[in-house]
Amino acid sequence: MDQLLNDFSPGLFFMQAFIFLILLFLLAKFAWKPIIQSLKIREESIQDALDSAERAKEEMAQLKADNEKLLDEARQQRDTILQDAREVANGIREEAKADATKQTDKMIADARAAIEVEKQAAMAEVRTLVAELSLQVAEKLLKRKLDDEGAQKELISDFIKDVKLN
Amino acid sequence: MSKKITSLLSILTLLLFSSLTFASASEGEQASNGGAVDTQEEITAYIKHHLQDSHDFTLFTLGESGKHIGFPLPVILWDDGLHVFMSSKFHHGTTVAESNGNYYTVYHGKIYKTNAEGELNFDEEHHPTNARPLDLSITKNVVGMLFAGFLLIYLFGSLAKSYNKKSIPTGVGRVLEPLVIYVRDEMARPNIGEKYYERYMPFLLTAFFYIWILNLMGLTPLGFNVTGNIAVTVCLALFTFIIVQFSGKKDYWKHIFWMPGVPVPMKIILMPIEVLGMLTKPFALLIRLFANITAGHFVVMSLIALTITMKASFGPVAATGMSLVLALFITVIEVLVAFLQAYIFTMLSALFIGMAVEEHDHH
Amino acid sequence: MYNLIGAGLIVIGGGIGLGQIGGKAMEGIARQPEAAGKIQTAMIIIGALLEGLAFGALILGQ
Repeated sequence: MDQLLNDFSPGLFFMQAFIFLILLFLLAKFAWKPIIQSLKIREESIQDALDSAERAKEEMAQLKADNEKLLDEARQQRDTILQDAREVANGIREEAKADATKQTDKMIADARAAIEVEKQAAMAEVRTLVAELSLQVAEKLLKRKLDDEGAQKELISDFIKDVKLN
Repeated sequence: MSKKITSLLSILTLLLFSSLTFASASEGEQASNGGAVDTQEEITAYIKHHLQDSHDFTLFTLGESGKHIGFPLPVILWDDGLHVFMSSKFHHGTTVAESNGNYYTVYHGKIYKTNAEGELNFDEEHHPTNARPLDLSITKNVVGMLFAGFLLIYLFGSLAKSYNKKSIPTGVGRVLEPLVIYVRDEMARPNIGEKYYERYMPFLLTAFFYIWILNLMGLTPLGFNVTGNIAVTVCLALFTFIIVQFSGKKDYWKHIFWMPGVPVPMKIILMPIEVLGMLTKPFALLIRLFANITAGHFVVMSLIALTITMKASFGPVAATGMSLVLALFITVIEVLVAFLQAYIFTMLSALFIGMAVEEHDHH
Repeated sequence: MYNLIGAGLIVIGGGIGLGQIGGKAMEGIARQPEAAGKIQTAMIIIGALLEGLAFGALILGQ
C-alpha cells in the first residue's frame, strides 16, 4: 500500500484529469452526440419503415376485406334482385294465368248466358211462330174446312213445308 | 531444475511483494543503465522499471554498450514557477538537470529537487526524502494518453462525419458502431434506465474506449502502462465517483444516511456502512483496473524473461521456444482482459450511476 | 511472511467464491440455455466485484 502511495504521481493525476476532461468534452461534442443522434434517427427511420410496412399490410388486408365485403354485398344484392324478379315474374305469370282463366270462364259464362238468351229467344220465337202458325192453320182450317177435305190436307202439308223451310 | 522453478516462482510472487526486492532494485537500476540484463535481480528491476512511468521514450537498449535508443520527452515542473526542459538533460537518471537555478534529478522514474551535486537523502525505508515538485511533464504515459485521445477523436470523429453521407458507416466505422451500440444497449440502458441513460452516454463511451485502447496499447512492444498506473486509475474512478454523487437522487441519499424500512438503531448502524460502501465502490474500481493491467504486464514480461532465466537448464532453443509459447498464450488472454477490464469498468460505472438515479416507488 | 499467508488466504477465499459463481452460472446456463447471455453478464459483474475485493485486500495487505 505505501509502495503504491509512493508510486502515486500527482502530476500524472492532473495530466490524466486534464486530458480526460478535454477528451470527454471534444468527443461528446464532435463524436458521441452526432453518432448517437444518427443512430437514433436511423433506428427511428427503420422503426418507421417497419411500422408503415405493417400499416400498409393492415390497410391492404382492410382493403381486401372491404372488397370481399362489397363483392359479397353485390352478390347478395344480385341474388335478392334475381329472387325478386323471379317472384315478380311468377306473380305476373300466375296473375296472367288467373286472369286468363277468369276471362275464359267469363267468356264461357257469357257465351253460355248468350246461348241461353238466344235459346230463350229462339224458344220464344218458336213458341210465337208455332202459336202464329197454329193460329194461321186454325184460321185457314176454319176458312177451308167447310170447302174440302182434300184441300184441307194439302193446305196443312203446304204449311208444314213452309215451316220446314224456315 | 528445482532451483529454476523456485526462481520462476519468485518472479511471480514479486508481482505481489515487489517491496521485498526494493533493496536489490537499486543495483538493477544500474544494470538497466548499462550492460545486458541477465540476472534474476536485474530482470525484476527491469520489469519494475518498465511498469513505471518514465520521462523519456525508450524504444530499446543496446545490450553491450547500454545505449538507449528512443527520444526524450519534455519535462514540465511547477516549483515556484514553471520549469520546462527536455528529459535528455537527465541522461537517463545519471546526471542532474538545472533549470532556472533549481537542480532536479530523477530516481526510479520520479523527479526530486536536489542540490547542485544531485544528492538524495534516504529514509530508513529507502525512500528519498527530497522535495518533489509537481511534475506535469509529458511523460511516456501522457504520450500514451494523448495518442489514445487523438486516435479516439480521429476514429469517432470520422465515424460521426460518415453519417452525414450515408446512414450506414463503412470501413472501421462498421466495427466501431456495434461497439457504441453495445455500450448503449448492454451497459447504459439496462443499468441506468431509459429515462436518464442518454445523459451518461458520453462519459461511459469515452471511458470504455479510452480504457480499452490504452489497455491494448499496453500490449504493444512500445510498452505503455497507462491503465496500470495508479494515478490514472484513481483519476478515472474519481470521475465515476463524482458523477455518481452528483446524479444521486433523494432516494440514493436516503438509502445511505437513513435507510428506510428498518428500525432506528439499525439506521444508525447502517449509516457508516453505507458511507463506506459509497467509497469502496470506486476504490474497488480503481484497484481492479490497476492490478489487472499491472499483473498482466508483469506476467507477460516474466514469461518473456524465461528466455534468459531458463537458458542454463534447458538450453537457449528450448527456453526461447517455451517462453514464446507461454508468452503468446498469456498475451492472447491479455487481449481478452484488455477488453474485459474496459467492459467491467464501464459496466460497473453504469451500475453505480443506475443505483444513484434509481427512484423507488415502494417504501 | 504474514502477508504471504494472508495472500494465500485471499486466494483461497477468492477461488472458492469464483468457483461458486462459475459453477452456479454453468448450472444456470445448462438449465436455461436461452438465458446464457444474461447469466454471463451477471457472472462477469459478480466476478469483477469479487476480484475487486480480492485485489483490494492483496494491495492493502502488502
